[in-house]
Amino acid sequence: MVGIVGYGAHLPRHRIKVEEIAKTWGADAPSYKKGLMLKEKSVPPPDTDTITLSVEATKNALRRAGKLDPADIGAVYIGSESHPYAVKPSGTVVAEAIGAVPDIHCADYEFACKAGSEAMFVCLGLVKSGYIKYGLAIGADTSQGAPSDALEYSAAAGAAAFIMGGENVIAEALHTYSYMTDTPDFWRREYEFYPQHGGRFTGEPAYFKHTLGAARGIMERAGATAKDITYAVFHQPNGKFPLRAGKTLGFSKEQIEPGLLSPTLGNTYSGASPIGLTSILDVAKPGDTIMMVSYGSGAGSDAFIWKVTERINEVRDSAVRTRKLLDENLTYIDYGTYAKFRHKIRKNE
Amino acid sequence: MFPSRIWRESKHRYRLEAGKCTKCGKVVFPYRLICPVCGHREFEKVILPETGKLLTYSIIRVAPSQFTDQAPYAIGIAELENGVRLLAQVADCEVDDIKVGMDVRIEFRRVQTDSHHGVLSYGYKFVPKWY
Amino acid sequence: MRDVAVVGVGMTKFGEVWEKSLRDLFVEAALAAIDDAGVDHVDYMTVGCMTSGLFVGQEHLASLMADYLGQKHLGACRVESACASGGLAFRTAFTEIASGMSDIVLAGGVEKMTDISGDGATYALAAAADQEYEVFHGATFPGLYALMAVAHMEKYGTTREMLSAVSVKNHNNGSMNPYAQYPFKVTREQVESSVMVASPLRILDCSPITDGGAAVILTTVDIAKKLGKPFIRVIGSGVATDAIALHSRDDLTTLKATKVAAEKAFKMAGKTIKDVDFAEVHDCFTIAEIVVSESLGLFEPGKAGEAVLKGETGLDGSFPINTSGGLKSKGHPVGATGVAQIIELVKQLRGEAENGRQLKTDPRIGMTQNMGGSGGSTLVHILEVG
Repeated sequence: MVGIVGYGAHLPRHRIKVEEIAKTWGADAPSYKKGLMLKEKSVPPPDTDTITLSVEATKNALRRAGKLDPADIGAVYIGSESHPYAVKPSGTVVAEAIGAVPDIHCADYEFACKAGSEAMFVCLGLVKSGYIKYGLAIGADTSQGAPSDALEYSAAAGAAAFIMGGENVIAEALHTYSYMTDTPDFWRREYEFYPQHGGRFTGEPAYFKHTLGAARGIMERAGATAKDITYAVFHQPNGKFPLRAGKTLGFSKEQIEPGLLSPTLGNTYSGASPIGLTSILDVAKPGDTIMMVSYGSGAGSDAFIWKVTERINEVRDSAVRTRKLLDENLTYIDYGTYAKFRHKIRKNE
Repeated sequence: MFPSRIWRESKHRYRLEAGKCTKCGKVVFPYRLICPVCGHREFEKVILPETGKLLTYSIIRVAPSQFTDQAPYAIGIAELENGVRLLAQVADCEVDDIKVGMDVRIEFRRVQTDSHHGVLSYGYKFVPKWY
Repeated sequence: MRDVAVVGVGMTKFGEVWEKSLRDLFVEAALAAIDDAGVDHVDYMTVGCMTSGLFVGQEHLASLMADYLGQKHLGACRVESACASGGLAFRTAFTEIASGMSDIVLAGGVEKMTDISGDGATYALAAAADQEYEVFHGATFPGLYALMAVAHMEKYGTTREMLSAVSVKNHNNGSMNPYAQYPFKVTREQVESSVMVASPLRILDCSPITDGGAAVILTTVDIAKKLGKPFIRVIGSGVATDAIALHSRDDLTTLKATKVAAEKAFKMAGKTIKDVDFAEVHDCFTIAEIVVSESLGLFEPGKAGEAVLKGETGLDGSFPINTSGGLKSKGHPVGATGVAQIIELVKQLRGEAENGRQLKTDPRIGMTQNMGGSGGSTLVHILEVG
């Protein structure tokens, strides 16, 4: 049996409300809230980046992985579109911080919002092949949306970490499937600060085509319909898209909602569906099945079907639950503070 | 900041590696070559606990240039569960809520930023222990 | 050991001295001390300076200053112990004479702190703290003393008003010192509404950024007598160190190096604190004066703040502290401060303190306490009328 042996998330405590951003740009807040189902989003303070979020999420994953020796982790992969360095790995910092160096393979992944699930996929494969005993897969981002752009209302920060292994599995990987085409719906060129996107082109031919394609593909392989799966979590660039994708596939709101965090978290990019998965694992029962479908612009989706084991009951509360990080100990900031935190203000350097 | 200076300290700052005197049990952070209590010269590696109590604090409003992005920020000295004392920033805390005796936890953060092009310095900060 | 005396003193006006360089400040003070002593040469020179390298890019100070003092081949050394560099320069000169190595020695201190931005000065001063385990985390000097202040308030109930009283007292004294950087009085209200630097310390709790030089001439008591001028004996000298990282010390509310240095100096002098009439202490921040006076044994732990409020350490009090205005009002050119403290003692003991701040009690014995960083080094000196 190969699957998740430890999982954890980390979120910054700072939030900005959609109204606060809309006020600055003279935009219509109610239409964003209703149209995109977004209320607020997380904001990383200046001391928080993809690396720090990854380390904290990993520490939570290790807490749930019991007596696992970090030295037995054979790979660390961080998927992110906001690695703090353009050149210099993020993963080495995480490996060093948990004491997993030097016998470890390390790579940083990038595939827009799909990079986290890539890391999960590769770790699973390496564990299954016997190349490594444990693999650490992280999806983390501190994404930036251009000021006044629609993305500014959603681009958020957070991380999820999963340790993949073959012993003491919490959630077994029953099936995997990926679905890719070349679809330039969203991109950021080298040296550019903010990403660009194709507006409504990011919807049907991009998000929905790939998300639904991957979901249908994996369900077909599993011989499952929506009724056979306990929970589903999709990439969540806003609150609306994943609900619509789920509905199209025949999932009920109850199956989607435990993993739907974007209405109050925003879009954590590479962290989005992975963090959603942690939130589902926080409430899942042994025997439950979970379908996770990521989406990364450019474009493609990775899909997984997990089956939760008895062990979940033992480890669940060894670390903080994701909903607690989402809902408690929050602090709301104004646009000026947000602009300062996100380095949107030109200063003398 | 030159990278070797940061790199050399990373085992202490990233994963709180400390030395425990094999004779008297004194825990020193960071490592030392000689025990300040008994003069013994052998230490075993230990990892510091991640929780403690705040002994004192200050809100820094006039900050050195590498910290101006973070100002105002709190610094404090906390005593960890094993009695080791550390100085670090107290993050994730409204400056009016910070109190002597407060329970804190250590989190991994970016401690300072050397301009737009310099190497990034990571390490520990205290945060209120809210769960 | 030979008996040592101070026979001449000189200093520049402290302040933002835009037109004078590091060497100008030192040489001006040194020449004034030589003239005051009436000596025609010196055998050796010590230069106390904390960090001219970071402030103006200049090291190798002993030779530079000897050259500009017109003493090209003079034996000289630069000493450094952060903000206690001046005190250490004095001690080094003292041991040079006491040991018999030299007969007439100039002990000087200097710092040129304004040729740099405020950020740059903050950075340079922070070099006196633990770079990797304090400064790395964003600790500043006001911040470190603020940590002591909060701990002291927590433990002993020391109040905001007590801190303010130190500033008010020292500015009152400094208002009578023609060499002071800020020779004006301040009120409690002004202190408590001044800009917050590192809570609870406000700008009027902090010593300023200062340019200045100070120098004294030391010799043997025998030579001093032959010079035929009033001289002041150096009867006690103590130096001690401590962990420079505040968190590495057992007690955040006591300065152990100050306590130990004082014990050493008292032992050498054969005196106790009760024999001393007044002191110049290192009030780099208001809280420092409170903690120092407790660590010296002047007051029980936790009692100094109240004593300041009651005026016990004022000019007319039972034990005047910082008659010069202290670092707070007189200014704090770090390397010069320890020497400038000696100068105030000499002036008071000679009965020459200017503008009405001369103690009316005919003081016979005074002491200085000069410390580096957050108390990682301390020099204590006891001087007596010859």
